[in-house]
Amino acid sequence: MAETPPVIESLPLPKDGRTSHAPSAMPAATTATALAAHPSQRPAWQAWLGTLHEHPLLRPVLALVILLLVDLVFLPDFWQVQIRDGHLYGPLIDILNRAAPLMLASLGMSLVIATRGIDVSVGAVVAMSATVAALMVNAGQPLLVAYLAALGVAVLCGAWNGVLVAGLKLQPIIATLILMVAGRGLAQLMADGQIITVYQSSFFVLGSGYLLGLPVSLWVVLAVALATTQLLRRTALGLFIQAVGLNPVASRLAGLRTATLIFGCYVFAGVCAGAAGLMIASNIKSADANNAGLLLELDAILAVTLGGASLAGGKYHLAGSLVGALIIQTLTTTIYSLGVPPEVNMVVKALVVFLLCILQSSEWRAMLRRWRQRPAAPRGDRS
Amino acid sequence: MRHNGSAPVLVLEGIHKGFPGVQALTGAGLRLFSGEIHALMGQNGAGKSTLIKVVTGLYPPDAGSISLHGGPIEPRSTAQAQDLGISTVYQEVNLCPNLSVAENLFIGRYPKRLGQIDWKRMRARSRELLAELELDIDVEAPLARYSLAVQQMVAIARALNISAQVLILDEPTSSLDEAAVQHLFRVMRRLRDQGMAILFVTHFLDQVYAVSDRITVMRNGRTEGEYWAAELGRLELVQKMVGPHAAQGQASGDHCSSNGTTVLRTQGLARRGALHPMDMDIRSGEVLGLCGLLGSGRTETARLLFGADAADAGDIEVNGRRHRFSSPRQAIAAGLAFCSEDRKLEGAILALSVRENIVLALQARQGWWRAIPLKRQRAIAEDYVRRLGIKTPDINTPIGLLSGGNQQKALLARWLLTQPRLLILDEPTRGIDVRAKEEIMTEVRRLCAEGAEQDRRMAVLFISSELPEVLRCSDRLMVLRDRRACGVYERGELNEDTVLEAIAGDGGDPTRD
Repeated sequence: MAETPPVIESLPLPKDGRTSHAPSAMPAATTATALAAHPSQRPAWQAWLGTLHEHPLLRPVLALVILLLVDLVFLPDFWQVQIRDGHLYGPLIDILNRAAPLMLASLGMSLVIATRGIDVSVGAVVAMSATVAALMVNAGQPLLVAYLAALGVAVLCGAWNGVLVAGLKLQPIIATLILMVAGRGLAQLMADGQIITVYQSSFFVLGSGYLLGLPVSLWVVLAVALATTQLLRRTALGLFIQAVGLNPVASRLAGLRTATLIFGCYVFAGVCAGAAGLMIASNIKSADANNAGLLLELDAILAVTLGGASLAGGKYHLAGSLVGALIIQTLTTTIYSLGVPPEVNMVVKALVVFLLCILQSSEWRAMLRRWRQRPAAPRGDRS
Repeated sequence: MRHNGSAPVLVLEGIHKGFPGVQALTGAGLRLFSGEIHALMGQNGAGKSTLIKVVTGLYPPDAGSISLHGGPIEPRSTAQAQDLGISTVYQEVNLCPNLSVAENLFIGRYPKRLGQIDWKRMRARSRELLAELELDIDVEAPLARYSLAVQQMVAIARALNISAQVLILDEPTSSLDEAAVQHLFRVMRRLRDQGMAILFVTHFLDQVYAVSDRITVMRNGRTEGEYWAAELGRLELVQKMVGPHAAQGQASGDHCSSNGTTVLRTQGLARRGALHPMDMDIRSGEVLGLCGLLGSGRTETARLLFGADAADAGDIEVNGRRHRFSSPRQAIAAGLAFCSEDRKLEGAILALSVRENIVLALQARQGWWRAIPLKRQRAIAEDYVRRLGIKTPDINTPIGLLSGGNQQKALLARWLLTQPRLLILDEPTRGIDVRAKEEIMTEVRRLCAEGAEQDRRMAVLFISSELPEVLRCSDRLMVLRDRRACGVYERGELNEDTVLEAIAGDGGDPTRD
């Protein structure tokens, strides 16, 4: 009769998953506000440090820097950037270029996750968009038409997901699973099971061209990220997406078009995945319906998580997601450059990701804090 | 203080507890004796909840001591507190609705036989436990099948099952109807007579006097005093809760005239399983009270009016224009506003700031492309924080950190900002303290009364299960019974007895049927 009775005692905690992440996010926020509210109580630099400490980007950026420092130690050439053929060249630039498709996909995934959703069809949309573009270019269509057609298909894919999730209220993972399977199948049908090689050189610019010394793909990512940030910040969309992700019922009662918002996020994710598909096809000069963007959705989810967002919804950190994508690509490139045998590759990657996730876990941090405080401040100083 | 000469079971002394930006408790104390029902009273933010969470091990106190039977204890978790004999039943029943009643009673502590769960014994013991609480239900049925009142009883039975010496009931009656409350009280008295110490937290004064032996009053994080219920008058109690300087704002006399134009009219508005065809009209500048027992269709009416649920039949006319709302958005566009009874699930977005919560509805109506500039948002939020007296460290504080009454005020601000023609308030004062209640109702009445042209004044549909409150605030009163409107009373003919008769269903005005 002395065992833990979990039910009644769990009462004061939030009742369900929908709200459970919200209070956990609060103490940090309060500390930040408290600091902001009384700057005079502390020296300015301390307050600044305090805000920095709470900044959501701190941990992901720190993780990336640590990874790059490891590279510096073990691979002296890693940080070398040269100018070759009028553009920058080196492992760092290579990481930026290779990470571009993942960065794009993570931007889309960020918003979907912020609405409490998930999109596992990213890889399939990549395959479809790549195949459509390659087929059209090979059929002699102008590049712009091919790109628009591919992005059009991506919009349709996103709309399909959006209708299933926002309209028919299917669970996001199931709803997008349909397209994950069907999309790649359709791409293979269109390509007749073949890899479609493209020979038109203008097609290669997006994935391997350079502009002002930097990869074109990077410029595209920056443009999309900037435009999205501005859109979310300058309009009320950012507030709305957060509200819907945090509490859809209350949001609807406050007059928000919750379904339309969620639908829009899936369309945006579709477009991002489509653009990522164009980059990938351009980079490898072909469309491979079997392998293009395979499991990219999982990397994108990981990037968003590494960037500090919670799968419980309500939060998005676009910059964090981009950094998350860079972490993943840096890791891959590092492992290859170190000459780690391919068979241990996955295990090493998993290990590093595990460590990064642990670092981000607030539960873990709380455990550490308790552990540190236990000997220092014994409780119960009674008066 | 005297108490039969015996020593107290549970003693809290000099409890301090602070949170970032708020000092919740400053030297609070409490004494509980066995065989008593002890009411813990105080306004919202007085520190009642925090004190309870300290006792149950949820928050470690910054300073102060807790002792049980004279020995100091330091409960670090609710499980530990329960092992020590301190059980708590909270306002929101939190059992597993999908499991059977018996499973809920024994979850985590199933009786075992040969390593297997002994279902037979579990069922038999469950029936015994519930019989003690005068409950005769099928213990194998899923809990979800039963009403909230029964679920609450099951939660209490579960607490008793752990052989508690101290039972804490945190606002157990706020969602119960009268019969269920009486049932609960019988059970509480029986447990008291068996020697249990019961701590009872509530906002209903009537209930405090109906059932408790002693009262501890808290104010501003301190224990104001300990009193015998029989020796402390009602007015005195309220004064002790509110503090010496607060005005006793009873009965606001300035009721506004109710001869304005019709703001909203329904004809045969109905939804299967929720509401029988209903006709109602609300005039500008008036407060129409809506009362009835739990389940009489009050909230259902509000949700139909606001488009939160779609009606099967009937029309809604707002300012002479016919509507059929299929979403709250349309209702808002027509000039309606709705404060839901479920503040946490349907009102506040807890992790968003006070400012964001306040501007949300207005921003939603303006559309996403016309963002309200941050500067203006701040000005709006600060203005309402001042006008409604919302207690918050900052307008950027997450609303979830505020007390219930202040959350409610912020939500009120959200809707007032949209300048609605009709404001629907569903239990706006549930679970909040006397003072915040007064402030909210005063503000609502003021808004109804102001406005240069009478026709432009706001109307209010006021839903509450606290009859005195509805009577005091309403210009007219509509009584619901069994999901049907069964009478409308003008202010002159209002008194508690006639309304109670109508609610109960004998001698009510049948003209509306």
